[in-house]
Amino acid sequence: MPLNVLCCVKRVPMTGGRIVLTADEQAIETRHLGFTISPHEECGVEEAVRIVEAHGGSSTVLTLGPPEAEEQLRDAMALGIDRAILLQADGELDGGATAAAILEAIEAERAAGTEYDLIFFGNESADAGNYQVGIRVAHALGLPCVTGLKAIAVEDGGLRCEQEVPGGRDVYRVPLPAVVTVKEGLNLPRYPSVPGRMRAKRKPLETRPVAAAAAGVEKVRLAVPAGQGTQVEILGHGPGAAPAVVEVLRGAGVL
Amino acid sequence: MSTLPGRARAVVIGAGIVGNSVAYHLHQQGWRDLVLIDKGPFPNPGGSTGHASNFIFPVDHSKEMTALTADSVRQYKELGVFTRSGGIEVARTEERMQELQRRMSSAASWGIEGASIVTPAEIREMVPFVDARILAGGFYTEGVGVVDSLRAGTLMRERAQAAGALTALANTEVLGIDVERGRVQRVRTTRGDIEAEVVVIACGVWSPKIARMAGASIPLTPAVHQMIDVGPVPRFADAKSHIEYPIVRDMDTNMYERQDGAGLEIGSYAHRPILHDPEEIPSVEEAALSPTEFPFTQADFEQQMEHALELCPEIVGDESVGVKYAINGLLSLTPDGLPLLGETPEVKGLWSVAAVWVKEGPGIGKAVSEWMAHGESEIDLHSSDIARFWEHQKTRAHVRARAAEGFNKTYGIVHPGEQWASNRDVRLAPFHARERDLGAVFFEAAGWERPHWYESNAPLLEEYGDRINRREAEWDARWWSPIINAEHLALRDRAGMVDLTAFAIFDISGPGALAAVQGVAVRQMDVPVGRVVYTPILSPGGGFKADLTIMRIGDDVFRVVTGGAHGAADRKWFSDHLPPDAVLTDVTSAWTTLGLWGPRARDILASLTRDDVSHEGFRFGTCRTIELDTLGVLASRISYVGDLGWELYVPIEQGAKLWDMVWEAGRPHGIAPVGIGVYGTTGRLEKCYRAFGFELESEYNVCEAGMAGPKVKDEDFVGRDAHLRHREEEPAAVMCTLTVDDHMSKSGVKRYMLGREPILTRDGAPLTDRKGRRSYVTSAGAGPSIGRHILMAYLPPEHAREGAELAVEYLGERYPVTVAVAGATPVFDPDNTRIRS
Repeated sequence: MPLNVLCCVKRVPMTGGRIVLTADEQAIETRHLGFTISPHEECGVEEAVRIVEAHGGSSTVLTLGPPEAEEQLRDAMALGIDRAILLQADGELDGGATAAAILEAIEAERAAGTEYDLIFFGNESADAGNYQVGIRVAHALGLPCVTGLKAIAVEDGGLRCEQEVPGGRDVYRVPLPAVVTVKEGLNLPRYPSVPGRMRAKRKPLETRPVAAAAAGVEKVRLAVPAGQGTQVEILGHGPGAAPAVVEVLRGAGVL
Repeated sequence: MSTLPGRARAVVIGAGIVGNSVAYHLHQQGWRDLVLIDKGPFPNPGGSTGHASNFIFPVDHSKEMTALTADSVRQYKELGVFTRSGGIEVARTEERMQELQRRMSSAASWGIEGASIVTPAEIREMVPFVDARILAGGFYTEGVGVVDSLRAGTLMRERAQAAGALTALANTEVLGIDVERGRVQRVRTTRGDIEAEVVVIACGVWSPKIARMAGASIPLTPAVHQMIDVGPVPRFADAKSHIEYPIVRDMDTNMYERQDGAGLEIGSYAHRPILHDPEEIPSVEEAALSPTEFPFTQADFEQQMEHALELCPEIVGDESVGVKYAINGLLSLTPDGLPLLGETPEVKGLWSVAAVWVKEGPGIGKAVSEWMAHGESEIDLHSSDIARFWEHQKTRAHVRARAAEGFNKTYGIVHPGEQWASNRDVRLAPFHARERDLGAVFFEAAGWERPHWYESNAPLLEEYGDRINRREAEWDARWWSPIINAEHLALRDRAGMVDLTAFAIFDISGPGALAAVQGVAVRQMDVPVGRVVYTPILSPGGGFKADLTIMRIGDDVFRVVTGGAHGAADRKWFSDHLPPDAVLTDVTSAWTTLGLWGPRARDILASLTRDDVSHEGFRFGTCRTIELDTLGVLASRISYVGDLGWELYVPIEQGAKLWDMVWEAGRPHGIAPVGIGVYGTTGRLEKCYRAFGFELESEYNVCEAGMAGPKVKDEDFVGRDAHLRHREEEPAAVMCTLTVDDHMSKSGVKRYMLGREPILTRDGAPLTDRKGRRSYVTSAGAGPSIGRHILMAYLPPEHAREGAELAVEYLGERYPVTVAVAGATPVFDPDNTRIRS
C-alpha cells in the first residue's frame, strides 16, 4: 500500500560544547554554531524514507522557520525525501501558532489534492522543547496521535507503535491516517551520499509565507541549567590509573 | 599536574605541531628552563594541527619550503609517525601538464628524488578508483606520505620533558604579554605570571591576537579549508592501514582525495575565500567540535562534489557511501602565502612561528631554534622572515585582500612573474603620473608601483628590428614584453631614466655611525666622505644577509640604500646591530631616486648643472650634492646596469620636477624611460651582477659568489671569522654565467627559460656540489646587447670553466648551454670601460 508521508522538522543550533545565551537571554548564541535538524526528527526523516522505500508512495518534509531553514530541507531531501515545504516566518512562533501554520499548510495541500496518510513530528524540538506541536496538529485534524515512539511498523493498513515508558514499552496499533511523534533511537539515520546531496539541489521546494500570530505563550527568558559543559576528572597517571578506569567501566555496565 | 615556574628562558605559547617542535629543538640546542603552554588540553589543544589532513607532498616551487619539508619528513620518520603512500598531482588539462613539467624541474633543482610524469593508465594502475579517462597525466612523487602530527608533537614534547628541560602546561591561557623598553618581560597566564627572556608565539590562527597583547603584529588571517569524509567505502573495507593508496591532488579543481582507513577524505581550496578574525574563534568549551573546526557550509561545496564525482565516480557515486564528517577547518593565510618566522620587528625577544603547515612544522621548529640560538639557521629562512613586511602590508585589509586572492591559487598555476591584483597603488612614486602617461606597465615591489616597461617605447621595436627576440610561447611571454629588450638597447646606445623610488633608504648617524656600518659590512667603511661602497652583509656563518650600497654623506652619517622588497628585513638587521651611540632613521619615504644611465648620461646631466660631472671631476664610486637648476640633488655615480651614469636622489616632493628636467634635457639625446625589466634583469645579467634572493642567500658564501675582495679589512664584522675560513677553502661551487646555445623545442617553438630550472650535463645528469647542493638557474633573462639568453648558476668547480658544455631542463625538454664566464667577469663589457668612461 503506497503511503503519503509528511515529516515535520525544525532547524536548531548544532550544539556540542557549552551552551551560551544571547545577551537578552532570549535565544542560544549561534555565532559559532552550525544548524541541524533536531535529532528526534532526523529519525523521523529516516523512518519516512524507509517507509516509502518499502511501501511506495511519496515523502514530503516541512519546516517552519527562517529562509536559511532551506538548508535543513535540502539535508532531508539528500537523505531521500522527495519534496519540501518551507513555511517562512520571521522570528520564533510558539507551539500554538506553529501548529496553526502547519495545519493551514496541510489543508492547503489537501485542497491541492495531497492527503497525508502519516505525519511525523519529533517528540519535542531540541532547542525549545515545548512538546506541543505534534499533538496540537493531530487534535486539530482529528487524527489519532501516539507520542514518544522508539519503533514503528506499517502493518495491515495500520501502524504498530512502540512507546518508551519507564521499565518497558507500550505497544499501540492505530489506523491510518495518523500522527506520530518520535524519539532519537527510533532507527539509525543514514548519512547523506554525495549523489543524494546533488539530487537534493534539484528537488522541488515550495515556500509559503506565514503571518506572525499573536503569541499564546510568552517567553520570559532562557537559563542554562547548572552542570552544563564537560567535567574532566583525572583518575590517575600511567598504569596506576588502570584500576580506577576499570571501576568506571564497571559502573557504566560495560564490563 | 606541574605548576607554572616563575621564570623561564623561553616560553612557547601553543602546543600544536609548531610549538612542540620549537620547544623540543630549543632543548636540542641546549636550552633549559623552557615552558610550553596552551589554553587547550593535550594532546589536541584544538588548533589547526588537530584537524589537519596530515599529508605531505615534498616538491614545491619554493626552494625554502622544499628544504623545510624535506627536513620535516626526516624528523617525522625518525619519530616513527610517517607512512609513505606516494602521491600524484593529476592534470585534467594540457596547461596543467606543462605545469607538472615545471614540478619535475623543481624536483630536480631542489634534489627531490623519486618524481616522475605518469600516464593516465599508470595513474589508474596505482589508484584504481579514479576515472583516468578525464586525465591528461600526472606528477607522481614516491616520497609523499601521511604523518600523525599530534603524536609527533606529543613525542617531541615528552622528550624535552623527560630531559628535564621543559615544563608543559595544558589548559593555561595567556592573559597578557608585558613589554618593557621594547623587550619582552613576562607572560601573564591564568595560572600566574612567568618572567621570560624569549617568548615564542606558535599559536596558529590565534597568533595575531596574542601578538597584539605585546604590541606586535603577526599578519595572518584565519581562513576556511573545507574537508569532508565519506564512507564506509566498500573497496577500503579490508584496508589494513589508514593509508594504502597514493594521495591524489586534483590540481585543476583545487581539490584532493585520499583514502583514510575505510573512508575517502575530500578536501578543497576551490571555494570562495572564507576569512575569519582570530576574535571570532570560539573557546574550547563553546566549540561544538574543536575551536578550529567551524560548521560546514554546504553551499560552498556544491561544485566540489561534482568534481569529486567526476574523478572518483566509483566511490563518490556510490549511494551506500555517506558523508560522515564535514568541516570548515581553519588554517592560516598570509599576504604572500609564506610563513611568518623570526623575531618580531616591534618587540625584542618576541618571536613568531606562525602560518606553518604540518608538512613544514618540525623543520621550521628546528630552523627557528637554530636562529634563536645562533643568529641564523642552516636552511635560509629569508623568504619567511616576519621582518619582511612594511607597515601597510600588516594592515587587516591588506592581509585579507591578499589572502583571499592567494587562497584559490593554492594548487594554482602561478607564473614566476605573476602580479597581485588586489590592494595596488599603495605606494606611488612622485613620477607616477608621468609614467602612467607613458603607458607604464606597473609591477609591484614592497607595495611600490614600479614601471616594468613602457608601452610608449613600442616604436623602439622597429628601430631595433631583428635584435629583439620575440617569445613565441605564451608562457615565456607572460608578464613580459619585447619592449624591455628595446629599452635595454636604447639605454646602451643613448640613455635611459629609471624610477628607483622603491629603494629602501635609511640613514645611520651619531658618534657610533661608523662602528655601526663597519660592524655589519664586509667592505671597509672608513672611507672619505662622498664615497659609495657596495658591500655584502653577512650572517654569522658567512652566508648572505643582503647586498647593498652605503654612502658616506658625513663624518657621522651613512646612507644605506637597499632593494625595497627586502628593505624592511635589512632595516631590522641594521637596527639589531646598532651600538648605543648610533641612530637609524628610515628615510625611505623622504627620498626618491631617479637613475640616469647610458653613454649620453653625462651630456644630459652636464646640460642641467654648472657642477663638474666629468669623469675626473666626479669619479665612479663617489657621491655628492650638485645643483640641477633649482634642485639640490644628491648624485651617486654607481651603476647596476653597466653603463655610465648616476643615481639622483631628491626629497620626494621634488621628484616630479627632477623627472621633468631630466626628461626635457634628455630628449635631444634620445633618452628613453626604462623599466625594471632592464634594471632588474637584462642590464644586470649582462653584467653578471648578483641579486639578493636569487644568487645571494645564506646558503652560499662570498667566495662562491665570486665577490670576495682582494683582502679582508682588519675591523671586525658579522661573519668575519666564517668569511676568513671560506677564503681558505676551495669553493664548493662557483657562480657562473651561461648562455643558451639552442632554444628550439621538439615542437619547433623557441623556448626561453625563466629561472629556477635545473642545470644538467648534456646527458641529463644533475650537478651536485660537494656540499650536496644542486645546480639550478638562479636568474634567467635576455642579454639583448650580446644577443643571447643568459642564465646564472652556481656550478661545481669541475664544471665552472669557460666553454663547459652543459644543459638546462625547461618544461620537460633539455636545451644545450655553455658556460660563458666562471666567476664575476661580465659577459658584456668585461673591462667595465663603459661604467668608467
